[in-house]
Amino acid sequence: MRDDEASSRTAILAIGNTLIATLQGSIDDRAALALKDDLSRRVVATAASGVLIELSAIDIVDSFIGRVIADIAAVSKLLGARVVVAGMRPAVAITLVELGLELPEVETAVNTEQGLALLGR
Amino acid sequence: MVSDSVRPLAREAQVMPIVSDHDVVLVRRAARELAEEIGIGLVARTKLVTACSELARNVLEHAGGGRASLAVVSPDGARRHGVEVVFADDGPGIGDVERAFERGYSTKRGLGLGLGGSRRLVDDFALSTEPGEGTTILIRTWA
Repeated sequence: MRDDEASSRTAILAIGNTLIATLQGSIDDRAALALKDDLSRRVVATAASGVLIELSAIDIVDSFIGRVIADIAAVSKLLGARVVVAGMRPAVAITLVELGLELPEVETAVNTEQGLALLGR
Repeated sequence: MVSDSVRPLAREAQVMPIVSDHDVVLVRRAARELAEEIGIGLVARTKLVTACSELARNVLEHAGGGRASLAVVSPDGARRHGVEVVFADDGPGIGDVERAFERGYSTKRGLGLGLGGSRRLVDDFALSTEPGEGTTILIRTWA
């Protein structure tokens, strides 16, 4: 199935005190906002110290999704968790920079493994 | 200053309504399929699809809805192919076009990164708007 034809899905997995949120398919606005709410709740419920947002299955990030990611990072920080965005595709990164959305406030890692290492796992 | 002329090359286009956030996803998908069909490379394709997402969302947020018309165009016989997308709405129009292109102008008002961001993502960009008369934006990416 092509990315866009998969319904937007996000899965949140807890490993110890780290939450891993995997974005899949073509995420629509509602799914992105739902992810923000779910993650905030899970951070508090599990007293997570780190959140990894895994983007390797996402083929575009527009300004709306970009802002949601920045919001998740800001909210998680206020709740005491550190956020790392991992696995962004090169074409997506190039597009975000040209769009003017560099997400300077968000920590990044090239893949999940390095993201988890940054979060101390 | 306000209006570049919007002159579509397409004689026939696939017209898609934009009335919900799911329609934004459908327009993205249709643009990607046309881009793949004519062999636009991954980076240019990602930029085009992202620009479609931004502009379709603008239509939704600022005009309450509208439509996108998508087509493959080849102006010089079969030598060159491009994807052309025209976004049109009957909304309030854009009062201050120059400002709408400024970086960050509209981020606080939910317009994403304004039109400037989208313009940087495609090869051709033209806009026509009048207050009260709606807005039409044409974009093209060449293979």
